[in-house]
Amino acid sequence: MNKIAKLFVTFISAITLALVSFTSSFAKVEGEYIVLGSAISLTGKYSSNGVHTQNGYNMAVERINKMGGVEVQGKKYKFEIIYYDDESNPKRAAQLAERLIKQDGVHYMLGPYSSGLTKAIAPVTEKYKIPMVEANGASRSLFTKGYKYLFAVLSPANQYLEVAIDLAVEKNGGKGVKIAQAFEQDAFSQDVRLGILDAAKRTGSEIIIDDKLPKELNDMAATLAKVKATKPDVLVVSGHTKGALTAIRQISEMKVDVPMLAMTHCDAAKLSKQHGKKSEFALCASQWHKNLSYKDKFFGSGKKYAKDFQKEFGYDPPYQSAESSAALLVFKDAFERANSFDRDAVRDALVDTEMQTFYGNIKFGPGGQNVAKPMILFQVRCKGDDCENRVVAPTKWASDKFYHPIPKWSERS
Amino acid sequence: MDFLIFKAPMLMVQASLDGILLGILFALIAYGMALQWGVMNIINIAQGDLVILGGYIAYTIYLWGIHPAWGVIISPIIMFFVGWILYKLVINKVVDRDLFISILATFGIAIVFQQLMNFIFGADVVVAQSEYGTTMLFDNSVTLPNSKIFSAFISVLYAIALVIYMRKSKLGRAIRATAQNARAAKILGVDTEKVYAATFGINAALCGIAGALISITLTLHPYVGLPYTVRSFMIVIVAGLGNLPAVAVSGMGLGLFEEFADYILGTEFRIGAVFMLLVLILVYRRFKLSKKREYLK
Repeated sequence: MNKIAKLFVTFISAITLALVSFTSSFAKVEGEYIVLGSAISLTGKYSSNGVHTQNGYNMAVERINKMGGVEVQGKKYKFEIIYYDDESNPKRAAQLAERLIKQDGVHYMLGPYSSGLTKAIAPVTEKYKIPMVEANGASRSLFTKGYKYLFAVLSPANQYLEVAIDLAVEKNGGKGVKIAQAFEQDAFSQDVRLGILDAAKRTGSEIIIDDKLPKELNDMAATLAKVKATKPDVLVVSGHTKGALTAIRQISEMKVDVPMLAMTHCDAAKLSKQHGKKSEFALCASQWHKNLSYKDKFFGSGKKYAKDFQKEFGYDPPYQSAESSAALLVFKDAFERANSFDRDAVRDALVDTEMQTFYGNIKFGPGGQNVAKPMILFQVRCKGDDCENRVVAPTKWASDKFYHPIPKWSERS
Repeated sequence: MDFLIFKAPMLMVQASLDGILLGILFALIAYGMALQWGVMNIINIAQGDLVILGGYIAYTIYLWGIHPAWGVIISPIIMFFVGWILYKLVINKVVDRDLFISILATFGIAIVFQQLMNFIFGADVVVAQSEYGTTMLFDNSVTLPNSKIFSAFISVLYAIALVIYMRKSKLGRAIRATAQNARAAKILGVDTEKVYAATFGINAALCGIAGALISITLTLHPYVGLPYTVRSFMIVIVAGLGNLPAVAVSGMGLGLFEEFADYILGTEFRIGAVFMLLVLILVYRRFKLSKKREYLK
């Protein structure tokens, strides 16, 4: 090889090397932008909640940027998010996470929608030591694997309906109650079930029906007939939006009388809108409600957030959006406390997070789950044909008294 | 194992009626499948997705303020044309081919339909309200939603109408002739191409009716089509092709079996039990068939 060729090769490699190092540093903090990455379900079966999540992220990015951005080492930065559509498919989500990290050079991730997809992405972010703040994966198994870079702003799934059992026991004069439960056979619902089992043990309650609904099933008639025959004190149902809608439809059609009905996914299913008065008195677990009294300087209160969100996107924010917005507040706080863009420094700052947002208090437990925020319960109440969700527990934020027992169908108009 | 059902006889009545009413609805979907399977030798994986599309048509008219029960008339009309167009676009290229090709093609159609429905109607689970109320029997211990009774009644009505149509009309006879021997029918002047298109259209129309009934009895979601395909596939396997009474009986039988499996084995084994039954029936059939062959030797 002659001299010129050697020089040429050296020159080219030098440029390539420079480019490579430049792009990777270029990508995590691009000029005045801190670049976050997220694979999110914009198509496929989770697309409606995926869009709620994305709207929540976007709303917070815009707000934080407008209010001065993130200050690190005396310089102001703004947030920017790279999104990819994971098509509601866990395999695709994992690939996209890899692509965000390796090709786009993203160093900080925001979570996808649903426990299943978060489970698919978490091993990837863990492998590359990328801090991920997620807002929509509540499955308990996410927090028992010893992940060090995963942080969830929401309460884990097993806490969803525990409060409901406590409430039933309280109404029963502190004595244990008879519980009938039906849960879909997926990670999330089964975690909710574990929470109920714990609560039953703790309160000395008895589980008399314990049905596990196959995923394909959209008919609960058999379970409900059993409920009619055994007369439990409380019926607990969790099977995503399909489960919630099926349960209300068939409970009202089969005239099943139970003193208390507790569910998940009522607001995602738009229960009070789709079933109207038939859904009245249903008790629903929720991560957030706009009437809670938490505050922060970016969104003000929950009510203010709801108003701004409504103005921006044209609909009332479901809790999926609120918790997604909170994830960015957590990131901002962590960057400023770390005062650095070093991934491990940011990760350590995340560990020490202790803050209040409009969405609730946030402090991460050893598994990465949020331990500072209780779940809330609301009850569907109707005035005429107008039904809405009113907070009934915990008592601190209750706007209405918990209505118990549910009147019999024969007495309902 | 749980024997609650034997302690409360009323549960037995409830389970039987629930099973039969649901079974009739499934039998209607299965009949459509048996028809086009018999005539065109195509296993339609997209059957369930056609059902869901039919349901969304009923849901759409419900959103416009029309009672969703009208869906049982409007939905099949629209779905007939959907079926016809589908035949002209895709199915006519896979008729007379390997069964595997048709399964692949209809699987593709199923995916396209799911995504289209997701795109048009959104990924939320939806229901249409019929407000039909409830029939209470035996002092409120057995309750039957009137919407389920209505759906069983409509299914039976359409099934009878279809049987008469197949016997009496020219097209019906042409369809039956083509099912028996397509080549002979062609030689005798039957336009088999048209017969195929009509058969696929009729199948889609039946799916449309079933879908409209599902919108008022169960729930709709772009991705819940597959269980309906599987269920009707099983009913057809058990009943055999081109035998309407057998399809009806096998539909109701499976519905009943499923309900009782739920009570006795537990809800989680409900669908598993049906699959076990299917395996047993196939083994039994094979056993019978092998005996017959020996006899022929």
